Amino acid sequence: MIPYMLCFVLFLVGLYGVLTRKNILKIIIGLCVMEYSLYLFLAMTGYIEGGAAPIIDPANRAGSVVDPLPQAIVLTAIVIGLATTALLLAIAIRLYKKYKTFDIDKINTLKG
Amino acid sequence: MDSLVPLFVIIPLGIAFIIPLIWQVTRGVFRFLPGAGMLAMAVLAFFMLFNLGGESIVYKVGGWEPVNNIPIGIHLVADPLSLMMLIIVNMIGLFAALFSIPYIDKYTGENYYYSLFSLMVAGMNGVVLTGDLFNMFVFLEVSVIASYSLVAFGSSRDELEASFKYQVLGGIASLMILFALAMTYWYTGTVNIADASEIIRSGTGTGTAIFIQLFLLTGFGLKAAMIPFHAWLPDAHSSAPSPVSAMLSGVLIKAIGAYAILRLFFSMFSLSIEIGYILIILSVLSMILGGILASGQWDYKRLLAYSSISQMGYVIMAAGIAMVVLVRGQDAGIAALAMAGGLFHMFNHSIIKGLLFLNAGAVEYATGTRNLKELGGLASVLPITSATSLGATFSIAGIPPFNGFFSKLIIIIAAVQARLYLLALIAVIMSIVTLAYFMKVQRHIFLDKVKSARFAKVREVPWLMSLPMVVMAIMCLVMSIMIIPGVRDTFLMDAVNALLSIK
Repeated sequence: MIPYMLCFVLFLVGLYGVLTRKNILKIIIGLCVMEYSLYLFLAMTGYIEGGAAPIIDPANRAGSVVDPLPQAIVLTAIVIGLATTALLLAIAIRLYKKYKTFDIDKINTLKG
Repeated sequence: MDSLVPLFVIIPLGIAFIIPLIWQVTRGVFRFLPGAGMLAMAVLAFFMLFNLGGESIVYKVGGWEPVNNIPIGIHLVADPLSLMMLIIVNMIGLFAALFSIPYIDKYTGENYYYSLFSLMVAGMNGVVLTGDLFNMFVFLEVSVIASYSLVAFGSSRDELEASFKYQVLGGIASLMILFALAMTYWYTGTVNIADASEIIRSGTGTGTAIFIQLFLLTGFGLKAAMIPFHAWLPDAHSSAPSPVSAMLSGVLIKAIGAYAILRLFFSMFSLSIEIGYILIILSVLSMILGGILASGQWDYKRLLAYSSISQMGYVIMAAGIAMVVLVRGQDAGIAALAMAGGLFHMFNHSIIKGLLFLNAGAVEYATGTRNLKELGGLASVLPITSATSLGATFSIAGIPPFNGFFSKLIIIIAAVQARLYLLALIAVIMSIVTLAYFMKVQRHIFLDKVKSARFAKVREVPWLMSLPMVVMAIMCLVMSIMIIPGVRDTFLMDAVNALLSIK
């Protein structure tokens, strides 16, 4: 149970970073930390004590293997995470060019 | 008919990737391609809805048949509710795509605009069709990533800032949803919605189910911009190009927010009174605060964005009433009535708010500003925009015989029958507040006297922009026929029965 709890703690650490940091890049890093905690959590849900990699071995069919579905999910989620992070960084670069700062307190033209 | 189901994802996805490749050859024709694709899909969804007769069809991607009744592979499920959502998404998409042709002319990189637009529609079609939780997450990300970049499309200061806020909050929402998904897989051992539903409903771990539901509610609540998760919506919806705003407010918050909440909470989890009350509280907050904040706005599109929050409150409130009624064991007919009102209002609101955002786009296109304090007296120079906007105003404020009146009436009747009198009262009061702030819009933009000499040369917008507005204004009136019993049964009640599984 403890590893799952630690994953959740990592998730909350990322969320804390997103909510409290003022620097755009640190916010993006916070989002990445949240993402990675979920990858870990997903990978652990499929783990079986003493299981081998989920590749069928014709010589040894009896041995237990870990659940391959969460691994496929993690791979897909990593690709999606790449797209979101790349887009966030692209927007961050454009914001820096317009405002000459990464401080979100100074980027505040929209209000109300 | 099974093999037609994946077309709803294949067509827009194909268009999205074809457009940038062959743009240089004949750009004039390909601007119409997204609109043509969406017209075809809307017609196809209509055809399927009338031919299914309340049944649902399951398409197994890759032909993977279930083994020992355990589904493997991804299932696409086309039931009446999904088909109704598909009609909304593709119809509003068609109008917004036609409106875009003159509107987006001033920007560079038009091909990327149409490509991202089609990608967003592909994602939404996927979300409403899929019967698999992780597949839903993937399609959801496809549509929101496209919408992030569409919000930032003009790359001015406002648009970039709005897009960044939208991305950070949208990113948190997506991760909440992914976490809930991981928990669901951990708890049930499957990501198929129908399969997970059986395991959750027969299982004992209600604590775990509630925990998952709270995460899902936060995630999809952020996507649906329910107060207190609304911070990104007014910025994103008011900064984006107007046809994109019409898509975001008209269908995106419904397809990936409200629809997902309805589908997962009614079809997957066992109903619980706590979640019903949470839905009602969130919706009442959204209705009241959204309406009050909208009244204070002087930016036309920002006012419309806050109004969206307020109107989505009605939809979620109807869902909350239905859930509370079902859990209390009252007459299931009341729950069906509330849900029918909610779905009808969702349908109406997408047409109305799409039309209002297109109006805002037309005003901005013609005059170059959307500040209510600068505008005035446009009724004589923009007759079509003004007339359609008046129709939408009457409709959203709930004045008979426009469609908004009937959907709100059904929700209020359901609230009274469920003996939730306070909710009925709030719904009536917020309807009056809606009328008040839309009258302010009418007065300051279309009536009043002309305040600035630079509006002397303003002319009506091109026909490609006025045509969608006229068609949508007519639909605002014509959609009232959904209240007639024969039409209601095929169109609305089948969707309600699919959701609540009452026969």
